[in-house]
Amino acid sequence: MALDKDQIAQRIAQELTDGWYVNLGIGIPTLVANFIPEGIEVEFQSENGILGMGPFPFDGEEDADLINAGKQTITAMKGAAYFDSATSFAMIRGQHVQLTVLGAMEVSENGDIANWKIPGKMVKGMGGAMDLVASADNIIVAMMHTNKKGESKLLKNCSLPLTGVGCVKKVVTNLGVLEIAEGGGFKLLERAPGVSVEEIQKATDGKLIIKGEVPEMVL
Amino acid sequence: MNKVVDNVEKACIGIENGMTIMLGGFGLCGIPENSISQLVKLGTKELTCISNNAGVDDFGLGLLLQNHQIKKMISSYVGENDEFERQMLSGELEVDLIPQGSLAERCRAGGAGIPAFFTPAGYGTEVAEGKEVREFNGKPHILESALTADYAIVKAWKGDTAGNLIFKGTARNFNPMMAMAGKITIAEVENLVPAGELDPNQIHIAGIFVQRIFQGKGYEKRIEQRTVRQKP
Repeated sequence: MALDKDQIAQRIAQELTDGWYVNLGIGIPTLVANFIPEGIEVEFQSENGILGMGPFPFDGEEDADLINAGKQTITAMKGAAYFDSATSFAMIRGQHVQLTVLGAMEVSENGDIANWKIPGKMVKGMGGAMDLVASADNIIVAMMHTNKKGESKLLKNCSLPLTGVGCVKKVVTNLGVLEIAEGGGFKLLERAPGVSVEEIQKATDGKLIIKGEVPEMVL
Repeated sequence: MNKVVDNVEKACIGIENGMTIMLGGFGLCGIPENSISQLVKLGTKELTCISNNAGVDDFGLGLLLQNHQIKKMISSYVGENDEFERQMLSGELEVDLIPQGSLAERCRAGGAGIPAFFTPAGYGTEVAEGKEVREFNGKPHILESALTADYAIVKAWKGDTAGNLIFKGTARNFNPMMAMAGKITIAEVENLVPAGELDPNQIHIAGIFVQRIFQGKGYEKRIEQRTVRQKP
């Protein structure tokens, strides 16, 4: 069975390392916070100016002065800190944040990412995505393997305007875990439970690299 | 030094058609509500507004858009606003989209006397078109220029008569850098206190960056995305 959005988030959460500062994008990435493995402590950064972001507030306890980058009301954990936007991006650009998880419309086999603009449609802007992808050392993309029309989102070259070049390290989709290989290509590391290599091959337009037996992921 | 003006009317004196105005805030969080209402009342036109977002249809900068007072928006993200979309697609509104970190740093640079800087953000994308590229430590960067404004309008939680400001929560966002980058900076605050009442150790923006400060009133502090969980 292909993974649902929660399971994609759950698989990405396995990548978390104790002591990391992590920036989660909007959509599936946000769900990663629900699956932090036991014994691991991470702190979430939201680029509008908070480290130590906590869960949504209880009904009636919302504070208009406390939101995340998706403009949702949030809470602050013990030990949280607030700062201005320039400082926030200093953390990101300065590589003080160890992991960025974000969604994408397309990823290319050399690690390019497109996730901010569809020509001819309303352009909403890139927000902080370009700063995040250009600077982070470790970028994981969380997305469905194909779009709503059934077309592959893992391509040889992105067709949409780029957000960043050569920056994605790993992609976790509903079908598997793939790594951007040295010299280009999606190296298949794990398959979603019950999903065959052939199914993944069919859903991948870019170069798929298979080395030996590809294990099923364990959730 | 006393920076206090009586009210929003006096604070906004001198803002004229065609000027460039910076407005603090992220979404609707930490926006200068009183001053935006005053700009609507004044009807000042042909404004270039530098602000991370453009408000929603009936609040924040959306009010200035409804009134056709904005000629150009310089922002990083402008979703959530139908009137904005309409004006942009019809060509009434000019829009310059900038990566959020570059926008923040360009304001900071403007206030800090740094004319330009190199950043990796946007390299290889349409944001880099026409910009100088230089490699540092084996990585390509693009040259971004500083931003300043005729007026910067910011909102703080507390301020004193000397113009010192303290922000609350994530309402800080773009307000400090914009305060630095305004030729004239107007600060509206929820609580205005006499100089000496704020602990100098706790001040986020020193009064040197603020030319006018006033006690704001009637803050609505609208929440854009109310998300809650139920008590167990």
